Amino acid sequence: MKKQFQGILMGAAVAVGLSSFAGIAISAEKMVYKSGDRNSGYTYATKETQAIQDDDLGNPAYIYVDDGAALWSKVDGKAGKSCATCHGVESAMLSDLATRYPVYNAKLGKMQNIEQKINQEREEKMGAKPYKWESGQMLALTIYMRNQSRGKPMNVSIDGPAVPFFEAGKKYFDQRRGQLDMSCKNCHEYYAGNRIRANMLTEAQSNGFPTYRLKWQKPGSLHRRFRGCNSTVRAQPLAYGSDEYVNLELYVAWRGRGLSVEAPSVRN
Amino acid sequence: MSEKFITQNMRRRDVLAMAGTGVVAVSSIGLFAGDAKADPAAVAKAIKAKIGDKKTMAGGITLELPEIAENGNTVPIAVEVKSPMSSSDYVKAVHIYSEGNPAPDVATFRFTPESGRARVSLRMRMIKSQNIVAVAEMSNGKVHMVKNAVKVTIGGCGG
Amino acid sequence: MAKARVKAPKSVKKGEVFEVKALISHNMETGLRKDKKTGKTIPRKIINKLSVTYGGKEVFGSDWHPAVSANPYVSFFVRASESGPIKFVWTEDGGGVTEKSVDILVA
Repeated sequence: MKKQFQGILMGAAVAVGLSSFAGIAISAEKMVYKSGDRNSGYTYATKETQAIQDDDLGNPAYIYVDDGAALWSKVDGKAGKSCATCHGVESAMLSDLATRYPVYNAKLGKMQNIEQKINQEREEKMGAKPYKWESGQMLALTIYMRNQSRGKPMNVSIDGPAVPFFEAGKKYFDQRRGQLDMSCKNCHEYYAGNRIRANMLTEAQSNGFPTYRLKWQKPGSLHRRFRGCNSTVRAQPLAYGSDEYVNLELYVAWRGRGLSVEAPSVRN
Repeated sequence: MSEKFITQNMRRRDVLAMAGTGVVAVSSIGLFAGDAKADPAAVAKAIKAKIGDKKTMAGGITLELPEIAENGNTVPIAVEVKSPMSSSDYVKAVHIYSEGNPAPDVATFRFTPESGRARVSLRMRMIKSQNIVAVAEMSNGKVHMVKNAVKVTIGGCGG
Repeated sequence: MAKARVKAPKSVKKGEVFEVKALISHNMETGLRKDKKTGKTIPRKIINKLSVTYGGKEVFGSDWHPAVSANPYVSFFVRASESGPIKFVWTEDGGGVTEKSVDILVA
């Protein structure tokens, strides 16, 4: 499935590397970048980009981990509560949260992702205003929460009530769209490891999100990336948190089953 | 006919379509507007402003760069200067210049004997493939210089 | 202002040369970009200076230009002389300052 280093030009850059930049990986987790035939976007990145992710001090998204930890314990809203009021400062629940989401929410009758769960709790439990998607606060809190699961294998449930949503997500992934008439899988399954001009096509794994993209020069959510991919094939991007994207998030998370949560990863 | 088969046949068309429509033809968008203004002459002038008429010499300084940068927004670079870093013999400053960005200056680093080792790593922007120049001013008045090339790739897809 | 992270070893031997890393969150606006909607140039706003003091004097200093990447990262070395703080001061265009320090124990 994967044919890395196909571009002769880029192969040279990867081989040269910059070992002296590698820094010291502070994390103690043993990361799984390959599981079965599935490979994290990490494995498609250059050594230099990997090195930025490997060093927690060098990874600019760790500023957001710090901010998110502060937000977790910050009282907000009419109820005078913070996340930590109910869940504790060092919440055990967070240790595998990123591996499980999105989950089926019986009350809503559909899937719910972490951003949506945060806003539901803020409104219903805290009496606080929901965070805007892609705001600094939402990115910080989701990065902090997912970071608590770093190193744990992606393991979403696609059974029972999740079945129709999983099927809808798969259908979205496989469906051609936009002026260029391309589906997600045209690039990310058939041509992962090939180059589209100078960019390496990856398998569209979600285990590293929110990710710090060098292109964005800041972290961004998975749904921002979905919107970007939609625009690239000249399709109309959907709204952040739309049912279609949440279903797609479930399908993509399942595709990455077994890969370590890397949040916040660093990608091109 | 399987979809896979269709896709492989269509691949060339898809890619050509993307290139033709300009979707993929734009590099790191809008990092620097306007034309690049630095060139070897501008760098030479900037160096002269720092060191005056002193002669530069090769050797004693290494500049570590990726041969090809994945993204021009964030290119890791490092400079190391050979020096005992003693109170009588140390590196005073390292200057970094770009021959292809809108301006030649990138950064200056000032060291002291207390630095212990004259090495610095940073990340810099490169608007295009170019030469990067590093200049080290030593406490004894000598100046070392090194120049290396970096290729900056143009992205295929965005998001 | 901006938020920063710094790292140095907790404890080192006297005379040992150790690595220090520092990262600060900042857009490093070059002053060369235009606002896509208004067409107006976005004014330059970068961190132009980092000064690092230890043992009462500057052991490392730097001046930055717009070619330094967003969220500037730097790593460098310091020779251990005494226990105490290593203090980082970043200055941005307009004079805004961000400070951060890290304590090291010299045995």
